[in-house]
Amino acid sequence: MMSDISLKQIVESIIFVTDSPLTLDRLCSILEEFEREEIREAIASITADCRANGRGVELVLVAGGYQFRSRPELADYIRRLKRVKPARFSPSSLETLAIIAYRQPVTRAEIEYLRGVDSGGILKSLLDKKLIRIIGKKDIPGKPLIYGTTREFMETFSLKDLASLPTLREIEELADSGDDTDQVPLPLDGTDELF
Amino acid sequence: MIPDPDQNPLFPNDDSTACLVSTEAFEGPLDLLLHLIKKNEVDIYNIPIAAISRQYLDYLDLMRELNLDVAGEFLVMASTLIQIKSQMLLPLSPDPETDDDQVQDPRAELVRRLLEYDRYREASALLAAREILDRDVFARKFLPPELDIEAPDDALPEIDLFELVDAFRRILAKAPKDSFHEVGSENISIADRIADILLYLEGKESVEFEELFIGTNTREFIVASFLAVLELCKLRMIKLSQFENYGSIFVRSAIIQEAA
Repeated sequence: MMSDISLKQIVESIIFVTDSPLTLDRLCSILEEFEREEIREAIASITADCRANGRGVELVLVAGGYQFRSRPELADYIRRLKRVKPARFSPSSLETLAIIAYRQPVTRAEIEYLRGVDSGGILKSLLDKKLIRIIGKKDIPGKPLIYGTTREFMETFSLKDLASLPTLREIEELADSGDDTDQVPLPLDGTDELF
Repeated sequence: MIPDPDQNPLFPNDDSTACLVSTEAFEGPLDLLLHLIKKNEVDIYNIPIAAISRQYLDYLDLMRELNLDVAGEFLVMASTLIQIKSQMLLPLSPDPETDDDQVQDPRAELVRRLLEYDRYREASALLAAREILDRDVFARKFLPPELDIEAPDDALPEIDLFELVDAFRRILAKAPKDSFHEVGSENISIADRIADILLYLEGKESVEFEELFIGTNTREFIVASFLAVLELCKLRMIKLSQFENYGSIFVRSAIIQEAA
């Protein structure tokens, strides 16, 4: 009866009422009478609207799905409403998270070699916060647990997927240094077997 | 310089480097070394090991004087530094294991570790600078934060401890109360039950909570099994879930099996 309902309105309302980022696949399965391309266009149009009209929320792609989030410039005002301490991360948990994010799957021993310190407590608290998870056991003697990041990690750090982690300087460049630096390089050849 | 015995040990005056080290907390030995390298503005590819080791040890001394626990890792690094230093006193000889006549600098591995550590430290700064949920950006929540139980990956509802204790009491109630007490009854260890339960769960999608208690239904067995379940939960090796209130509790292995 209400033929004036647009797909854009439908998509906007569904994303609005969903409590976690909603994937395009999921949207397509809910809205099976529409073409994937149409839905994609509706999302793009909502995203553009939020930007163009200077709205307080924006439609962002995080952890593979779409979610409305407040604009970062408004954080101070929202914190007044929530009266909660903003999420905080200690340097050691950020360090550990970075290693896991970039090196996953990774064992505790590998993390500790890279950090140079015992990381058991940090791993436990990151597991508790659901930022990392045990993804299995490594098939080496002792069968150590291997860790990886979670969907919550991507949601927390506003990453649309793991591939969109900021790129790191490549350690390989450093091995044949001297080309891009004016420092006198050490003879680093032969160190490859260390890794 | 001979130290003055009357001198307060907290303020050694015989070594200016002691004043160079700050008391800020370091994440670990690599962090401290990087700090010293940057502070001294030395080339990381050509670390003056003697000077840096000296300052490193001074820092450890200071930590001890301030009654800070010097973690074992700091001591391991101290011995590594001294080992490198002594290796550097020996003439460098070509590595017999590689054909080329390139000599291995004893500092090479340390340099690599430092560079790599520095790289991840940079990465952690990049993470910290992102728009963090509940700090910079906010999304709608359906539950107030303190009640916000995050759904497990595959959306099976998780259960709380009280439901689990209830289930445990139901099982315990079923156990024969009676029986003549046998002195010197079998000893069931929690460790054994942990191993048994893991074995039982292996390859199974999920099993009913009650199933884990099938066997000798003595109280010892039931209690040991229950403690084993709690321990496994704590270790995050199993997951418990329940589909409806007061419904059956299901146990799943939380360890993802390696693809064979």
